[in-house]
Amino acid sequence: MSRLAPLILLALILGAWEAACRALQVPAYFLPPPSAVAVALSENLPGLATAAWRTLSTALIALVLASLVAQALALTTALSPLLDRAIRPLASIVQVTPVVAIAPLVLIWAGLDHPERALVTLAVLVAFFPIFSGATAGLRSADPDLERLFALYSATRWQRVLRLRLPSAVPFLLEGHKVGAGLALIGAVVAEFGAGSGGVSGLAWQILDAGNKLQTARMIAALVVLGAMGVAVHAALEAVERAGLKWWRGR
Amino acid sequence: MTSNSTNVIAALADVEVDYPRGPALGPISLSIAPGDTVALVGPSGCGKSTALRLLAGLEAPTRGRINRAAGRGETAVVFQAPTLAPWLSARANVALPLELAGTPRAQARTRADAALARVGLAGAEAARPAQLSGGMAMRVALARALVTDPKLLLLDEPFAALDEITRRTLADDVLALWAGSRPAIIFVTHNVEEAVYMAARVIVMGRGPGRIVADIAVPGVLPRPAQFRLSTGFRETAEAVSTALAQGIAA
Repeated sequence: MSRLAPLILLALILGAWEAACRALQVPAYFLPPPSAVAVALSENLPGLATAAWRTLSTALIALVLASLVAQALALTTALSPLLDRAIRPLASIVQVTPVVAIAPLVLIWAGLDHPERALVTLAVLVAFFPIFSGATAGLRSADPDLERLFALYSATRWQRVLRLRLPSAVPFLLEGHKVGAGLALIGAVVAEFGAGSGGVSGLAWQILDAGNKLQTARMIAALVVLGAMGVAVHAALEAVERAGLKWWRGR
Repeated sequence: MTSNSTNVIAALADVEVDYPRGPALGPISLSIAPGDTVALVGPSGCGKSTALRLLAGLEAPTRGRINRAAGRGETAVVFQAPTLAPWLSARANVALPLELAGTPRAQARTRADAALARVGLAGAEAARPAQLSGGMAMRVALARALVTDPKLLLLDEPFAALDEITRRTLADDVLALWAGSRPAIIFVTHNVEEAVYMAARVIVMGRGPGRIVADIAVPGVLPRPAQFRLSTGFRETAEAVSTALAQGIAA
């Protein structure tokens, strides 16, 4: 029953929405009824699916790049206290600057011919920080007594990193990637908005384009696809994190 | 006293340790013979664990000298918690000290299995720490300490977190293992009865800063029969240790 509760609530909301639109004769450009959204969804499905895939692939490429850069930097800071001091404040600057504000600059740098590069770059900037901070925290999270044990057995610096600090960091890395992947998706959409119609055709473009043409039903249909994609990505990452922790802990 | 002297495995000579908040330990002098079993008892904050870390070579004294005939690879430490790597099987945890020293993996794991069998854990080689009970995890830690065949075995309140029955069983196991290769054993404990039962020599420490109040020889030859706990010698020694302990706290 409790599992059905959100579905029942959703059905009630959709029912009320549909009834209100019909009873009050709300204009379709202002608020189309759910049935019209469903029609728009099925009519535009190929276009929306292509757009969703573009946005998703931008986010996934960004996640991979952010993961590589963040972990490499985190490893560098773990090996050198001096570089740690140098890198950390700069990483924080990246974190606190809103992606929308950087978007125009990155678009200029990437050039009008390669807007997709700008999108990936912007999504990388957003996804970078949670992975970086997870990795740096994780690399410091090793049990101090295990560190002492490694000292007792005269472990080398590399043995410490590879056999103690990296494995200790795994739960933090999983969490960081989960948060980072969610942010990469948001970053990709925000970056698409920032890019406007500059030759990109992800879900944000679908929303903007539908808005310009007052095709409100198609706009909401694009939002539904975006929401469904977000939920799917989140569920996939939760599953990956759970499986990863199970592997790490052995149960 | 030379470092390869045959009648001393580890010694502290006029050793003092200062912490930022003030003097923590000493000056104390202490000499451990090969095959000795020594209990360090004393109130919290008397520097027992610090003395143990000094003997292990994990900490440097502020003043004074430390002589260690046991090399780094010949010293083993068991901490209060099992301190196992959660991502490794029991076998891989036990093999770790050997692998860090460069022993080929296959050989290290064979010896790890043998060490696990010695602590009564044959059959649990593939289990992860999360799948083991507290007592079993402590046995794995013990096997890890014994796998290098140390000359000096240091235990920092190894059974403090365990229930009374597991505690007594493990005490007997440690004595049985000691009877095999006869390493010098130094262990820290809060428990007077455990100290008298397991040690040939009980060193009572006092606070402010940490110092040695009494060095009491326990009658009888190790390993002792279970009835030893009921003997007059046991009761009288425990009484002497308790009295010295009270003096150390009062002073």
